[in-house]
Amino acid sequence: MESRSRRFKSNALAALANPVLQGNLKMAKGKFVDKRAIAIKEIDDFEGTREAAKNLRNRVLENLDLWLEKFEENATARGATVLWAKDGAEICRHVVEIGKRHGVKKAAKSKSMLSEEAGLNHALTAAGIQPVETDLGEYILQINDNEPPSHIIAPVMHKGLDEVADLFEKTHKTPRKTEIPALTREAREVLREHFLTADMGISGGNFLVAETGSVALVTNEGNGRMVTTLPKVHVVVTGIEKVIPTLEDLSTLMRLLPRSATGQSISNYVSVLTGVKQPDDHDGPEHLYFILVDNGRAELVGSEFQDMLRCIRCGACMNHCPVYQTIGGHAYGWVYPGPMGSILTPLYTGIENAIDLPHAATLCNQCGVVCPVKIPLPELLRKLRETQVETHLRPWFERLALKGWAWVASHPALYGLGTWFGVRYLKWLAGGKASIPVLGTAPGWTAGRDFPAPEGRTFREQYAAMRAERRKSS
Amino acid sequence: MSSREDILGRVRAKLGRDAANAATGRDTVAATLAERTQGPRPHVNPEKSALAGRFIDQSLAYSSSVDRVKTRAEAPAAVARYLADQQLPAQAVIWPQLAGLDWAGAGVKVAARGAEDADLVGITGCFCAIAETGTLMLCGSPDTPATVSLLPETHIALVSASRIVAGMEDGFALARAELGRLPRAVNFVSGPSRTGDIEQTIVLGAHGPYRVHLILLDNE
Ligand code: SF4
Repeated sequence: MESRSRRFKSNALAALANPVLQGNLKMAKGKFVDKRAIAIKEIDDFEGTREAAKNLRNRVLENLDLWLEKFEENATARGATVLWAKDGAEICRHVVEIGKRHGVKKAAKSKSMLSEEAGLNHALTAAGIQPVETDLGEYILQINDNEPPSHIIAPVMHKGLDEVADLFEKTHKTPRKTEIPALTREAREVLREHFLTADMGISGGNFLVAETGSVALVTNEGNGRMVTTLPKVHVVVTGIEKVIPTLEDLSTLMRLLPRSATGQSISNYVSVLTGVKQPDDHDGPEHLYFILVDNGRAELVGSEFQDMLRCIRCGACMNHCPVYQTIGGHAYGWVYPGPMGSILTPLYTGIENAIDLPHAATLCNQCGVVCPVKIPLPELLRKLRETQVETHLRPWFERLALKGWAWVASHPALYGLGTWFGVRYLKWLAGGKASIPVLGTAPGWTAGRDFPAPEGRTFREQYAAMRAERRKSS
Repeated sequence: MSSREDILGRVRAKLGRDAANAATGRDTVAATLAERTQGPRPHVNPEKSALAGRFIDQSLAYSSSVDRVKTRAEAPAAVARYLADQQLPAQAVIWPQLAGLDWAGAGVKVAARGAEDADLVGITGCFCAIAETGTLMLCGSPDTPATVSLLPETHIALVSASRIVAGMEDGFALARAELGRLPRAVNFVSGPSRTGDIEQTIVLGAHGPYRVHLILLDNE
């Protein structure tokens, strides 16, 4: 998918000015947050479980090459073919080749964010293979002219019922339905037909289990089960960082993922799939392919951003992010929105292509507190900001201003003089009120928030006065 | 250079991989696989009736319905009752593993095979069940095809009380002990399929079953 992250500011302004989107965001806001808060209370040692999950993900990253080899060895032993892709183009090449090899006409897809990274649907269509998204949300996006998702768990969070009703009426040529269960049933019937006729199933992978060479897939709708049970070919497209050692580790992560994502104790379906259909089996794919994707991930190994590779794509960080809650996911401009997206987008698509994203956060650390694998998201955002300054990616006036400030700050007398004037000027601007109505040089800053007015003396003045007072009294 | 070598090569370079630390790394991998460290687990009372109680509570919370009978032999009659209550036809696709029960005696017409789109009711057993979350662990095989719990709108599962374990870890341990290697498809099923994609409103029956009915066999 092409990144539109360069236009973050105008994207965000448009999102703020869109009343339909604002209404939908307001409705969704809190639902995920409240449910998660209840669900995490069900496990006695939630913090201990987070710590265990963090450690087990780190354990893999420390020897990622060896764990990948172990996974490959065990998956191959069970009859799967393991392929590797450096980038999105190579994912597309692999999938199209597999499709041609097995005479595939239609591919049923369950949600895969990597397929979004690669723009896989375009490549399939161009190769004469019909891709059908089967996650209800993803399907709605597909029939709306391949609109990108706005959330990694709830892809159509930005859409309201009316819009979906219009789309179904137009696409299915059926009488307009306005009840959510009726719309869901209609989608079920349309998609059931596709499940039964698809020759290929494409899925992501929530985890790759090294000990058994399995993929673990988590869904609520059951589409993940369908695409991995009915078609004769199954292709798993997933990142190289998704390996975990054992089924015990999967059990630990499954206590965290659904709770963090949707506030469920467990997702309705967790499938652990290993190898191909056996001769007497009634169902299952005859051919199973894993496409293990780099697309920027290898670069993070051993770097100061390695922590990000622990991410299990639960979406909790965006659900709890005040910025995401206000502008929605599309404004971020690429596949991953919210705090995790503000880190992954610059790292995967080039730091110069997403200049504003690391700044699209208040660093309130809500995301860091809820992340089930304890990724220090605000710290990573700050590191990206530092990298921007170090590599001269910030605008010249900002750099100049910071340089000026740094110079003044390292000359105490000058600094004292500057602040002496500063507080008096700001107090005068406030005109006796508690906050400044319009900040002289940056009126935009005060347009949407308060700037508390200083009382008229600097810290140093007050401190000196206090010391003098003490000396007098002793 | 192949993409495999390219990607692994870059990962190795980033990790500072050399012959010596590769050997220690391999030992770490082997030790991790042998140790099977578990994370903290929520307390689940391991006593048999407590396990059944928790399994039922959790299943109900996940929108399944539950019935209890004593023995496997009573299961077909319980199924017939449920189908009549739901005004569903007394007809189902069943796991071949369950073909030995007296379905005809209970007036239920069954076909023992994988499910097809037209099947309205699917009847399965389960490999084991998990009390912690009210979850069925289904292991696919020619005798236990995965489609029976997936395609029909109604899924009925027989659960032996002695096969209820505390957590997912225990289910995997049982699979290792009894099946040796993991079957192709292990499916953990908790209640009917659902979606919340439109306005975060939960609707049951997305792509899989609308209804899951559990028949607990207390003496089995
Ligand atoms: S960064 Fe953490 S909270 Fe955000 S999606 Fe990844 S795992 Fe979830």
